[in-house]
Amino acid sequence: MMAWLEANPVWAAIIRVLLWVLPVLLMVPFMIWYERRLLSWAQDRIGPNRTGNITFSRTSRMIPFFLKGKKFKLQGLAQPIADGIKLFIKEDITPGSVDRFIYLAAPALALFPSFALGATIPWGPFKGLTPVADVNIGVLWILAVSSLGVYGVVLSGYASNNKYSLLGGLRSSAQLISYELGMSMALAAVCLATGSLKPTDIVESQTGPLWGVIPGLANWNLFTPYGFVAGVIFFICMVAETNRAPFDLPEAENELVAGYHTEYSSMRFAVFFMGEYAAMFVYSLIFSTVFLGGYHALPINWQTLGEIAPFFSWVTNALGHVDYWFAPVWLVGKAFFLVTVYVWLRATLPRLRYDQLMALGWKSLLPLATINTIVVALWMVVSRVASPLAGVVSGLLGFGILYLLYRALNGVGIDRTKFLTSREIDMVEVTRSVA
Amino acid sequence: MIPITPELMIFGAVASLAAAAAVGVVAFNNAVRSALCLVLNFFVLAFVYFTLNAEMLGIMQIIVYTGAIMVLFLFVIMLLNLGAPQLLRDKDDPKVFAGISLGVALFALLGSQLLPSFLKITTPNAPKDFGAPANLGRALFTNYVIPFEAVSVLLLVGVVGSILLAKRKI
Repeated sequence: MMAWLEANPVWAAIIRVLLWVLPVLLMVPFMIWYERRLLSWAQDRIGPNRTGNITFSRTSRMIPFFLKGKKFKLQGLAQPIADGIKLFIKEDITPGSVDRFIYLAAPALALFPSFALGATIPWGPFKGLTPVADVNIGVLWILAVSSLGVYGVVLSGYASNNKYSLLGGLRSSAQLISYELGMSMALAAVCLATGSLKPTDIVESQTGPLWGVIPGLANWNLFTPYGFVAGVIFFICMVAETNRAPFDLPEAENELVAGYHTEYSSMRFAVFFMGEYAAMFVYSLIFSTVFLGGYHALPINWQTLGEIAPFFSWVTNALGHVDYWFAPVWLVGKAFFLVTVYVWLRATLPRLRYDQLMALGWKSLLPLATINTIVVALWMVVSRVASPLAGVVSGLLGFGILYLLYRALNGVGIDRTKFLTSREIDMVEVTRSVA
Repeated sequence: MIPITPELMIFGAVASLAAAAAVGVVAFNNAVRSALCLVLNFFVLAFVYFTLNAEMLGIMQIIVYTGAIMVLFLFVIMLLNLGAPQLLRDKDDPKVFAGISLGVALFALLGSQLLPSFLKITTPNAPKDFGAPANLGRALFTNYVIPFEAVSVLLLVGVVGSILLAKRKI
């Protein structure tokens, strides 16, 4: 198998691409159903639970006896398929005064990055089959392609020749560029800690001892102090990059009709929709790979554990094999957990105001990510020069010092209560003087 | 006759697309179309760099030019909402003729000097990890550390200057 792949590089490349694109594509309808059911559950509704139910007749002769009167419930799993068919056969309306070429090209431009994004993400430890390209600029590729995601939105907003679409497109470009920065700084911290830009190396480094100190437990980036900070920043940024609630300003229904895709109907709208869900899933895969140990099931290094306790080595070996062969299952499981968090956020948080969005991106996430990068650099230098334990201590000290510095800089010369009182809103006019 | 290698085929496809996009930048009347052609040109140029084993340069091309600078260009063009302008075309303007002939002459001069040595090359000569991020970083922080730091100061001046211009009261 591996020899054949090496002998036929072109076929191997095609297989790798199909192994990447098809699972993501097949996941999209399932995710749409999942989100609708979960969201309706969160909002105390029922949601789509009927489509695809099959009830066989009790009396017809055409039905074999063992199926008579039987009822099969699919819990509405066929709903996305029905919706897809509906969108396909709906009338495709192109408004009269659009910029036709760009109008038609924009949905394709919106779909392309969401699939190309994960070209460097490995499904499992199977070299030659995954990832699509194991290049030494893997993380930079993710950032580069995610920055291309702006074009679909901006161009659809422009080409529609509609002020709501244009506003949606402009909002989105500002939002995406702002959150790109925080995202890249968060990833930079992880890359510094790993010493490589390859996602495969990042996964590999996460099997090392926790904090470089505790053997047996794996060093998942989310469980390290710097990785936790970077992970939170990255998650916020990835929600913003996919235009999902609470960052869905580009398509805010109550302000902009539907934002950048107001003028799109039938299949072209479906392409935008598909791109959004594919991007959600792929970003979740990236988060799982970079922060949650990639395709490993648990933050435990079975091999090291077996060496520590040789008596139980047969157990750890068996679990290690399970971990190895079901690798894609663990990765997709983690990604689905993150998709659940996406839906959870959507059900919980109200949409941000525009100034809050910008303040969060530029004044909170970017400085925090920069501080994090400095601390990681210190941590890595000390742990390489001295010992891993000294690295942990210096990293925590670095966080403490920078936090105190931040407090000191913010506390000097600024009356904080001034900002609080200016935000005060009186719903009813207060008549203190009368009382 | 030049032997056709796979590298040469990929380079030919990518480079001709880049050249066509570059022509499109000046050929279109519509500012948004021109900007889009420039986006395509920058994007495809990155793949030319990839074929020359300069991955880091190529990905930086996409991040900086395609992903950031051109978005801002489009932003401005869209906000100004420039349609296709009514061109004022001066007939029999001698400047047009002079411009075209000088351009062709420059192209011929450069081509006659550069093309003969380029024609022999069918595969990239750079070593495999020539443009790898590790090598690039090592070069930047050892041999070229002073230019690198000078550029960072330049960027800092740019940031401070733009803040100063944008904000009257600091």
